[in-house]
Amino acid sequence: MPKVRIVFDRVRLEEKMLEEKAIELGHDTKMIDAKITNVSTENKKSDFDFGDVVLERCVSYFRGLHFTACLEFLDVPVFNRFEVANNCGNKMLTSLLLKKHNVPTPKTYFSFSSESATETLDKQGCPLVIKPIIGSWGRGVILLKDRETADAIFEVRELTDGPLDRIFYLQEAIKRPPRDIRAIAVGDQVVAAMYRTSTAGGFKTNIALGAEPVPCEITKELEDVCMKASKAVGGGILGIDVMEDEKRGFVVHEVNNTVEFKGLAKVAKRNIPKEMIEYAVNSAVK
Amino acid sequence: MNCPECDANLKIPDDASVGEIVSCPDCGADFEIASKNGNVCELKHAEKVGEDWGE
Repeated sequence: MPKVRIVFDRVRLEEKMLEEKAIELGHDTKMIDAKITNVSTENKKSDFDFGDVVLERCVSYFRGLHFTACLEFLDVPVFNRFEVANNCGNKMLTSLLLKKHNVPTPKTYFSFSSESATETLDKQGCPLVIKPIIGSWGRGVILLKDRETADAIFEVRELTDGPLDRIFYLQEAIKRPPRDIRAIAVGDQVVAAMYRTSTAGGFKTNIALGAEPVPCEITKELEDVCMKASKAVGGGILGIDVMEDEKRGFVVHEVNNTVEFKGLAKVAKRNIPKEMIEYAVNSAVK
Repeated sequence: MNCPECDANLKIPDDASVGEIVSCPDCGADFEIASKNGNVCELKHAEKVGEDWGE
């Protein structure tokens, strides 16, 4: 049986579920803490016990991304691949790829200074949604309802002035029901989907912010749009966020790399960790 | 075992694994289980939530 390794930096319920399922499926399974693993240009695959396939599950995006680069340097099969993690971890790259591959996605505007971002805002009008290009759980995602709000946010960006603060990602505010859809794509299929309804009238729908998972039927239309989005970023094990635009129908606004699924696992018909392990193993030992 | 921060009694579930986070019910400090040998755990301060954390 192929050996499965799960790379982590913090063990969440998802990592425990994956470990339990891999063991249950009969795989020699080990957890590897990225924080205490050293890799060098002089290393070879045989210096480590990375098994036949690695699931990279770090909660820190940059740690996971760079660890993945090391694994690929060592010729260790890893999910997701570096290219996919890189594409999904950066919302700007994701938006560009979705549009390039004709996946329906919200109109998104990129500016590289607060002055230019203000120009975009004046041209497109409010509301727009500003998002940090790297980050999760809805943090820093702000609905710019008016010019005053935008000015304040842009000013704060100038004060904090981190390298990524100079990249302004402004997205149209989609007219939709107060919910979105999170679908989990594993390889060439969607294995589960749920509605996430925003709490207390807010516009964010992240489970991390308290949104309640409700099962969502995986229609052919939903599966098609998710598969197009998956292919656009390079495929693998992905969390695809979809909104229901009043006029355009499904639009994909994000694709997530190390997808969290404890909320969805409560309502899904299929066993999500089982699907993930089987896909990773089958893809790696082809 | 006791909380390294405030010495309160820290209950660590038997099935807790290395890499999991335990929180002190008294002072609220978070600790990561660094190693586990039977019922004996070694704890270290958990990392703070980073800007790049998430999925």
